[in-house]
Amino acid sequence: MKAKELLVTPIIQNNPIALQILGICSALAVTGSLKVTLVMCVALTTVTAFSNLFVSLVRNHIPNNIRIIVQMTIIASLVIVVDQVLKAVAYDVSKQLSVFVGLIITNCIVMGRAEAFAMKNGPGASLLDGIGNGLGYSALLIAIAIPRELFGAGKLLGYEILPLATEGGWYVSNGLLLLPPSSFFIIGLIIWGIRAYDKAQVEEPDFKISPNTKPAEA
Amino acid sequence: MEHFISLFVRSIFIENMALAAFLGMCTFLAISKKVEAAIGLGVAVIVVLAITVPVNNVLYTYLLSEGGLSWLGEDYASVDLNFLSLITFIGVIAAMVQILEMVLDKFFPALYNALGVFLPLITVNCAIMGANLYMVERSYNFSESVVFGVGSGVGWALAIAALAGIREKMKYSDVPDGLQGLGITFITVGLMSLGFMSFGGISL
Repeated sequence: MKAKELLVTPIIQNNPIALQILGICSALAVTGSLKVTLVMCVALTTVTAFSNLFVSLVRNHIPNNIRIIVQMTIIASLVIVVDQVLKAVAYDVSKQLSVFVGLIITNCIVMGRAEAFAMKNGPGASLLDGIGNGLGYSALLIAIAIPRELFGAGKLLGYEILPLATEGGWYVSNGLLLLPPSSFFIIGLIIWGIRAYDKAQVEEPDFKISPNTKPAEA
Repeated sequence: MEHFISLFVRSIFIENMALAAFLGMCTFLAISKKVEAAIGLGVAVIVVLAITVPVNNVLYTYLLSEGGLSWLGEDYASVDLNFLSLITFIGVIAAMVQILEMVLDKFFPALYNALGVFLPLITVNCAIMGANLYMVERSYNFSESVVFGVGSGVGWALAIAALAGIREKMKYSDVPDGLQGLGITFITVGLMSLGFMSFGGISL
């Protein structure tokens, strides 16, 4: 595959969250504010890219039956590095992310890409695949975080965009968007949007409803 | 005793792992098409949580936390191995799942066959790791962590069984093409989670 393809396809056509159902937990919980979301995106993209690179480098030396543990160790070490860096550089954001930095270890995107792609491909391609999937995750997270913070709190990155009615402005904020369940609705709608654009992703229903055979009453 | 009952109820309903903390979502969405499979997975999660949270609690208190090594002698009192906690926890979880699999296979083959492929899947279920990290963050002691482990497992099992029940009924409804499958599941979970938020007002 070409480098450009590796980078671009995971963003819309093969999005890790919307199509592969990977890495959803953090997508829901951290998207309340754009700043926290951006930090999470950078952290996850870094971990995915480097775990793919390192797993790919040692892939020919790992015995098959202990590969999961080896991958886990590589991922956990990278996450510890990211966690320590965050604590040193951006302490308040790392407090807000709380357990979700640690949960990057069990984030299925990292594990899934290491297992599905990096075990079979060279280091260069794996690095690009990791960055691509990280970007796909980031794109979706940012698409969720922007409406949540903008319409929920009237702000973006802490700057006021829509002046709130409670502070003398005109905008009455939508409190639902600040609650975590709203991200479920936004992801649902985004999936609908993506599948309306790309019909190939539509799932077959398990059960077809037969057409109405009763003649319409006059 | 009252303290433990309130912690138990809180970890099942108010701080439900799946619907209030959004942990274990990947498996929650992927394996909720059939009620039976969902209940099997739920039971496996309860068992693994009930074992790993207390074990990690002991490890954290006596090995990893600051001053935890002081039982070794004066010289070790200032050692802080906190940065190793992530890798230790995931190691313990992976090992526990593996041991549990072997024990079940040997002594309870019926249960082992019922759980089947779900047991190994649990290693990467973020509800397990999440519960362990919450245990550290809220500094539970040993008996609290037993109650918290069981309670959050029961909460997660309850949520996945409920979602599977809804999805079994929902396959007979006429859903728009683009929302078919994953899309409508997200929206259902959103509504369920709004429902669970109403427990938030209860203070115990």
